[in-house]
Amino acid sequence: MSILHTVNKSPLDRTTLKSCLNLAVKGASVLLIEDGVYGAVSGAESTQMVQDAMGDVAVYVLGPDLKARGVDESRLIDGVKVVDYDGFVDLTTDNDTVSAWV
Amino acid sequence: MAAIELDGKSYEVDEEGYLLDLNQWVPGLADIMAKDEDAVLTDAHWEVINFLREYYEEYQIAPAVRVLTKAIGKKLGKDKGNSKYLYELFPYGPGKQACKYAGLPKPTGCV
Amino acid sequence: MSNVKKFMYINNKAPYGTIYAWESLEVVLIGAAFDQDVSLMFTGDGVYQLMKGQDTKEVGIKNFSPTYAALGDYDINKIYVEKESLDARGLTVDDLMHLVWEDEDEDWAEKDSIRVVTSAELAEILDQQDVVLSF
Repeated sequence: MSILHTVNKSPLDRTTLKSCLNLAVKGASVLLIEDGVYGAVSGAESTQMVQDAMGDVAVYVLGPDLKARGVDESRLIDGVKVVDYDGFVDLTTDNDTVSAWV
Repeated sequence: MAAIELDGKSYEVDEEGYLLDLNQWVPGLADIMAKDEDAVLTDAHWEVINFLREYYEEYQIAPAVRVLTKAIGKKLGKDKGNSKYLYELFPYGPGKQACKYAGLPKPTGCV
Repeated sequence: MSNVKKFMYINNKAPYGTIYAWESLEVVLIGAAFDQDVSLMFTGDGVYQLMKGQDTKEVGIKNFSPTYAALGDYDINKIYVEKESLDARGLTVDDLMHLVWEDEDEDWAEKDSIRVVTSAELAEILDQQDVVLSF
């Protein structure tokens, strides 16, 4: 069984990402969308938490939502993969379950 | 939904006559809107209409009348940057009327 | 001039994910017609509203970030950004749009509108306001 978690809330405004990462098991994927994309940046208070999780889970971020918010890809945590809408669809079909954290 | 017909194309407007999609705007629409309000557009009108379109392009809003007046004064000269001049051109209100002709929404801050 | 009140708009949310940022901006612009003494403050995720380089083409939402540059035209030139909020997000003032206003009394000299202040300074500024609106 593989699971994709999507998170659409900012990690410094809500605890959604933290809750999600606590429950994401080895092999799970986490896709950051909408205001969730701020969780993918380095140098922020949320960075360490995400880096710690990345040993076990793959972290993706939706490119169009990054661009909308003026977050340059050069700011991302090493290892975070940027996907477009097609990549979003692929992630949902590649995994058995999708858990949308809202 | 009301619409303006021009050169075989139909342009949707709201109940007050403002164009719904500002990207559709063509100058001919302004002439039709003006005719509807018994106005004839001169170069002086176009100066203001074009200014408004440029302002929207840059800031994504239609300016309030006070802001428009000040900005026109700075760009086109003090003799034009006053409400008397602008109201003579656009008696229904330089914000409301000129924005309509320019295909923009009603000015933000239009009270 | 006794009718002039000090208005503070608090902006505490990221843009686009919710409608608060745009709603706040619209209220600020509409309120500007009343010639009050207006300040804006950006705290928490609100600082993200001022990020430069926003491009919403692919998400199909109106990019309202260019509108902040019009605030100077509306005589709104006190834009406070909380330093601690920038730090927590790994941001500096260089990551934000360069917002200016023109000082009519000094031959339209361009001046910076954004002032980065500490929480302690912001608390004092907030304490001096007559009306506070939070978004």
